[in-house]
Amino acid sequence: MDFGFLSQPAFSGGGTYFDWVLSGIKWTMLVSICAWVIAFTLGSVLGVLRTTKLWWLKGPATAYVELFRNVPLLVQMFIWYFVVPEIVPKTLGMWLKQGMPMPEFWSAVFALGFYTASRVAEQVRSGIQSIPVGQTHAALATGLTMPQVYRHLLLPMGYRIVIPPLTSEFLTIFKNSSVALTIGVLELTAQARTISEYTFRTFEIFTLATVVYVLITMAVTVLMQLVERRLRVPGFIGTGK
Amino acid sequence: MLRITHLFAAIAAAGLLTAPVHAAELTGTLKKIKDTGVVKVGHRDASVPFSYLDDKQKPIGYGVDICMKVVDRIKAELKMPKLKVEFVPVTSQTRIPILMGGNIDMECGSTTNSVERQKQVAFAPTYFMTGTKIIVKKSSGIKGYDDLKGKTVVFTQGTTNERAMKAYNDEKKLGINFIPSKDHAESFLAVETGRAVAFPMDDILLYGLKAGAKNPNDYEVIGEFLSDDPYAIMLRKDDPAFKKLVDSTVAGLYKSGEINKIYTKWFQSKIPPKGINLNFPMSDSLKESIKNPNDTGVGACGKMKC
Repeated sequence: MDFGFLSQPAFSGGGTYFDWVLSGIKWTMLVSICAWVIAFTLGSVLGVLRTTKLWWLKGPATAYVELFRNVPLLVQMFIWYFVVPEIVPKTLGMWLKQGMPMPEFWSAVFALGFYTASRVAEQVRSGIQSIPVGQTHAALATGLTMPQVYRHLLLPMGYRIVIPPLTSEFLTIFKNSSVALTIGVLELTAQARTISEYTFRTFEIFTLATVVYVLITMAVTVLMQLVERRLRVPGFIGTGK
Repeated sequence: MLRITHLFAAIAAAGLLTAPVHAAELTGTLKKIKDTGVVKVGHRDASVPFSYLDDKQKPIGYGVDICMKVVDRIKAELKMPKLKVEFVPVTSQTRIPILMGGNIDMECGSTTNSVERQKQVAFAPTYFMTGTKIIVKKSSGIKGYDDLKGKTVVFTQGTTNERAMKAYNDEKKLGINFIPSKDHAESFLAVETGRAVAFPMDDILLYGLKAGAKNPNDYEVIGEFLSDDPYAIMLRKDDPAFKKLVDSTVAGLYKSGEINKIYTKWFQSKIPPKGINLNFPMSDSLKESIKNPNDTGVGACGKMKC
């Protein structure tokens, strides 16, 4: 393997091929982190809604989860990018296609965020539902209202319980961000493919991309272990080892 | 595992090879074909009219017809009248790795013979001459390349047209916003839906896409040639016996004039699936290539320096 090509001036744009790799890493991080913000926020709300007893809150949340969880991510990506601008009013459609800055990027962020939200919602729901119902009864018996039970008991405990599976989701979002290349986001995998076309160094560049993905996900794992250790409930969950 | 062993044998043999076609010992691709009883032909899915799928999903086209002549010749040469032909779909991005990996023996599509690609693969004599132009919507008001300043342009990844357009953009400092796409159909969709204003591609393919569009009259192909693109059958490198067979088959079609029949069938008659006639008479540069068959490649950046 010869990585010398990385320092060669790239075909277009002025920099070297290594700059292309760096730019790929930047977009992978941006897509993943922005999508995670959406996924975590929306997923938390949906997860909580799915645990309530009120059908008009529970129904739509369940429908959302089933829809977004069951349609392949690739298909969702195409729908947001190619289909949505055609079915909304014409002016809005043109804005989505040409007016807004970086349409590929935002389509990818929303597609990935909405998809992952359905998965986060399920984790949050399972966390809340794993808390013995006796605790809720005890809390209600002390005079807390249902919203207070969520605020002081179910959410703090539920989130701590699901930190390990949420870590997996967070890792997955970095890997799934590579699907964004299908709608033209030049993230790490897309850059690796482009560089391999220009330099024919397919083996080297994909080895490098693999190493970068592993480093990113390892960093995320270490970070989440710190979070886990910090938030653990002594003697109960989240030993953070 | 068996196939991989054959492949290694084929590569090893190709490296040592000096013998002509008629030698008793077969080598390289011909040996592989003889041993496996299959010739694998790479084709495209939307390179009208060179290599594309008809309404029954069967690969057809000008390039496919020429490749089938090569297959006939292989059958005769190897005395294998029942030789199986396997069609393998390839894309702009996958064609070279798949060919080099041995999963196809020749690629029959719309591949430009460039000097850069010749470092990896070999080419048969040029069978078509085209060049980069752009397709735009008539309503966009784009009349030439300089009108693309600051606009969004879509390109198919892995094409010579991408390079020609980017080299032009760098040279003229147009600040074009490029979006990549994976095949010509998707690139054209981006222009059709207004996501991009232009798509640089070989002009003949643009006429093919235009002819197949929902409203062909909404589009026009404009611009001077940004690059010259000679098309040819793509083969593995360092396999002179197989290249000689392919070269002489193609040159034979040129000499006998049979090429004119094939050309008329695809460029000046109604073609499937919609029965469109491209009405594209043979260019002088192609006539020249037919008179003097050659496998000369072009530079990487079209008519710009790089």
